[in-house]
Amino acid sequence: MATKKFMFINRKAPYGTVYALESLEVVLIGAAFEQDVSLAFVGDGVYQIAKGQSTDGIGMKNFSPTYKALGDYEITKLYVEKESLEARGLTLDDLMDLVWEDEDDDWAEKPSIRLVSSAELAEVFDDQDVVLSF
Amino acid sequence: MSTLHTVNKSPFERDSLSSCVRLAAKGSAILLIEDGALGAMAGTEHSDMLAGVMKDVSVYVLGPDLAARGMSEDRIIDGIQVVDYSGFVELTAKHDTCQSWL
Repeated sequence: MATKKFMFINRKAPYGTVYALESLEVVLIGAAFEQDVSLAFVGDGVYQIAKGQSTDGIGMKNFSPTYKALGDYEITKLYVEKESLEARGLTLDDLMDLVWEDEDDDWAEKPSIRLVSSAELAEVFDDQDVVLSF
Repeated sequence: MSTLHTVNKSPFERDSLSSCVRLAAKGSAILLIEDGALGAMAGTEHSDMLAGVMKDVSVYVLGPDLAARGMSEDRIIDGIQVVDYSGFVELTAKHDTCQSWL
């Protein structure tokens, strides 16, 4: 089966709606089919990978640890739009430390998050075979 | 008459909070819940909107919704009060009516 480039654009905050969780489910399915999967976090989507999420008080499952497992599914390209972070008063330090292990480099841990400008992200989107927006 | 306004949408995604702020009468209260809790954060594009109305309106945010989203209570706009679910109930009981800005 030919490999296609899949981009999942995450645009909603977690927990208030089910979009973030649904996107994650489809992302993992895409990875299981050995496709070239990338994720982008745009707008309120940047809140999905915020550090320190604790859902004990709202009685919902905290699915943020799942993002840490993406590296094991060879999903290593997580684009974060710089403009979206800035509009929300956030920096990279407010996001989870998401890494992947490079088997070609003695399993060295490398960062999965790529902070990009809107213009750079537009180029990335333009290069995809399939773009899905959540 | 005093009204409790609840806002459950992110200010970045919908205009619920800006409409509420514009239309909440003096002496009423605004409670930010669910994704609306994100509107309580300081240093965002929308922070000034709430800061400007707080002399006339009391603003509250539901703590568990902040925590779920990884947002620290230390970084909310000065003067916004954090409440838990029993605080939510008290606010509801204290006001004559409740208006939900969905």
